[in-house]
Amino acid sequence: MEIVRSQKKAPTTVDAVPITQLYKSAPALEVRLEDFEQFAIDRLRVLKGISDGLSRGKKHEEMQKLVTDLLRANMRHPDPSEVINKDIISHFVLRLVYCRTEDLRKWFLANETALFRCRFNGESAEVQRALMSELDIPHKALTKAEFENARDKLSQVARSINQPLPGSTTADTTFFKVPFEEVPDLVAGRRVYIHKGHAYVAMNQVVSLLVTKFRSHLSRALVLTNRSSVPLTVVSLPRKWTSAVKEQEKDRLSPIVEALCTSYLGPDYSQPRELAEMSIKDIDQVAKTSFPLCMRHLFEKLREDHHLKHGGRMQLGLFLKGVGLKLDDALAFWKAEFSQKVGVERFDKEYAYSIRHNYGKEGKRTDYTPYSCQKIISSTPGVGDHHGCPYRHFSEENLRAALYKMGVSSRAMEDIMDKVRNRHYQLACTLTFEAVHSSSCDAGINHPNQYYIDSQKALQSKVNCI
Amino acid sequence: MTREEVENETDDMLIDGTVEQQRQDDKAVPHEVNANYLKAYYGKLFPVTDIHKWLSYGNDGKHPACDESYFGRREFSFTLENDVYLRFRSYNSASELEKYIKDSLPFKIDIGAVYSVDPSKRFAYAQSGDNVFTPVERELVFDIDISDYDDVRYCCSGAGVCLDCWPLMTIAIKVIDTALRDDFGFNHILWVYSGRRGVHCWVCDARARRLSNEQRGAIVDYFRVYKGSENSNKKVSLPGPALHPFLTTSYTHFLKPFFEEKLIHSQNLLSTEERYEKILEMIPDESVASELRGKWQDKKRSSNSKEDINIHRWEQLKNLLQSGKHKATGLRRCIEEIVFAYTYPRLDMEVSKHMNHLLKAPFCVHPKTGRVCVPIDPNRCEEFDPTTVPTLSGLLEELNSGASQMQIDSENKSDTISLGKSIKLFKSSFLHPLLKSCKVQVFLLQCCLFLQAFLYFCSIFPAFK
Repeated sequence: MEIVRSQKKAPTTVDAVPITQLYKSAPALEVRLEDFEQFAIDRLRVLKGISDGLSRGKKHEEMQKLVTDLLRANMRHPDPSEVINKDIISHFVLRLVYCRTEDLRKWFLANETALFRCRFNGESAEVQRALMSELDIPHKALTKAEFENARDKLSQVARSINQPLPGSTTADTTFFKVPFEEVPDLVAGRRVYIHKGHAYVAMNQVVSLLVTKFRSHLSRALVLTNRSSVPLTVVSLPRKWTSAVKEQEKDRLSPIVEALCTSYLGPDYSQPRELAEMSIKDIDQVAKTSFPLCMRHLFEKLREDHHLKHGGRMQLGLFLKGVGLKLDDALAFWKAEFSQKVGVERFDKEYAYSIRHNYGKEGKRTDYTPYSCQKIISSTPGVGDHHGCPYRHFSEENLRAALYKMGVSSRAMEDIMDKVRNRHYQLACTLTFEAVHSSSCDAGINHPNQYYIDSQKALQSKVNCI
Repeated sequence: MTREEVENETDDMLIDGTVEQQRQDDKAVPHEVNANYLKAYYGKLFPVTDIHKWLSYGNDGKHPACDESYFGRREFSFTLENDVYLRFRSYNSASELEKYIKDSLPFKIDIGAVYSVDPSKRFAYAQSGDNVFTPVERELVFDIDISDYDDVRYCCSGAGVCLDCWPLMTIAIKVIDTALRDDFGFNHILWVYSGRRGVHCWVCDARARRLSNEQRGAIVDYFRVYKGSENSNKKVSLPGPALHPFLTTSYTHFLKPFFEEKLIHSQNLLSTEERYEKILEMIPDESVASELRGKWQDKKRSSNSKEDINIHRWEQLKNLLQSGKHKATGLRRCIEEIVFAYTYPRLDMEVSKHMNHLLKAPFCVHPKTGRVCVPIDPNRCEEFDPTTVPTLSGLLEELNSGASQMQIDSENKSDTISLGKSIKLFKSSFLHPLLKSCKVQVFLLQCCLFLQAFLYFCSIFPAFK
């Protein structure tokens, strides 16, 4: 079965090659059409799995295990020597597919980076060093004196994140002093000691440095791939690819590329469905019957306090837009509430702009899309905020109270709380849907607007039955 | 009751010695901002040349390495009298900016990012398809509002500020300023009173201006300890067996002393049942909480004590939580969590995360209070008093009453008017050191250019080597 043939010098032994690829340039490989698609779909399964894991808030170790399982399930190849080629090919096919819009690029970048991180962590120390030098990371470690000076602080940081104290073995004393800009994730998590603009990165954190580099390489490559391409045709393949793909296959590749990129992001609900319109007079009724808990909560808080902070206004505002609330109605709706608190004048001055902005009528005139579950789950509401995903961000008592108010029975409640405890927030929401509507929701809830649409459908069919 | 009244009333309650004077001030000073006042203010007092100097970062010189287009690519935004809101304005020079301000008399001036191309011509570039119009530089900014502290202050709420809750801002300045300097290595930091209920911070080092959105987000997260929204019990959670050195420093140097020596009795945090219940809620062990509740409900014993009731109860709480039998349960961290929840700075994170966010310019006049947004010296921020900040009408009175001949630009005379002090502070503690370091940078850049030219020259004429 000689279909995919490496034109490069075949690596002598498979073991010597790191599993972690940097994907610096497209390979000169011949690809069979079936493989072209199959490989890409396999990789997409991995990335989708990663994206789910991340949105569930899995920790580093859990992600590590998840990725290992995903790779084992999807990225194997009958011929062991072809595993790496499969990896490379699938990556570059998806690069083509996901370079086309900002949202696609963002999604791809986030999950490929997470994949890279997990793979790098699984490599041996030698391979890690080799990768570091390939990405031009100067590994100049702290000198003995520098280390001793910072030792107290370094061990304090280590204790704060439950890491072994530095200094117990020689490997642990290897620290790299880098500009803090290069390890934003470590800075954000307060996982490094920072002094006078330098972050002190431990050997076991070095992956962050590489991830930053990997990410910026890939991000640039995606933009370039998109720019150099005529959209939707295989001409858009990088040169080496084009030469590898025969003329007559062009027509056959194009639809594959197109189909692939829509397959996992799902609809974005930016345009309300036809005939779906909502007027202000129905809104209270509909909020009770068909809003998911996150929106229902925001809606009730707005009615109660006549105010929502920025995060809440965005989350609810865009949802209502997706539901079919017209701009004029939206303005009237928000005004009716906010003016009770801040007055009409201040509303017109400070808040109306951002509502028109959401509808693409101000600023850079982007028509913003409603937030997906994933985005809402990963948001970080602070003091005074009511947005976010109730299943993730509420305390247990508050969540129970809210569900009770929605009419969830005590038996269903326990199932829901069980999902919440295991961080399956979307499943918890799905169960809530089923409990409230007493009808099943097999597809699961991925988007508040989907919840709304499914709910309306369920209610409609009940009416029809009667 | 209008908001204005609320503010005045709370002011009266608090500034013991100066109540009388304060009341007179309030009467004498109409807190209204109108076009006539603004005309005089922008004409005679507003330091537009200094602001231009600042935002040019040394690019207004004659050096060949200067980027002449730099200032012209900065976005300005104005709110005019009848709520007309203008974005993406740009000006090539101080005089252009000054002319526009004097002609249009904006109620509010906002400063945005430096873009890749002149913001006022952005549509011309938009047609070329690629995203050429993007922000390329922006000061790292922070915005802290006292209204975000409403769940931990009892003296005022919303936009109201008094001398009992303002120290929360002081402590925020200290914590953030120290970390920006010691941890992140920034030097050119400007703190400004926002005119009503908070403070703004501008970090102006070249390195800070060039941070990406992601890096800005990372710094904001570094500063963030609040995890809970309104719907979760715990507002602050500090997991892990130890605190990060940054948090330890903040806690021991600023938060703990402030909480124990000042806030706890100025806000009477433990005096009434309603208030101490909020603190007991944060203790995860119900038996400890109820033991304390039992002690505190027994009024007789506590009233005998001469000590302040808040401090007395706080000591009880600490003793109980730190006592041997609770050590193992991880309750010790709870004391820190309470102190953090009540005192740690609360940043408006969205403002800091994105380069294209606007922030009100220093020396603007707040349209509601008439107070000027004056700089605050972070080294002496405890002396800053928001209630004695120069107001627009006060300044104009000073101008009219004899001092009118003096010009704000001349160093010696500017002291005679109250705004002069603030301008002097702006120049001496912020602008001059900044421009000095900009000069060094421009010089180094020039050296690089020269060296490059030299090497290029050598490569053309190898014999020259």
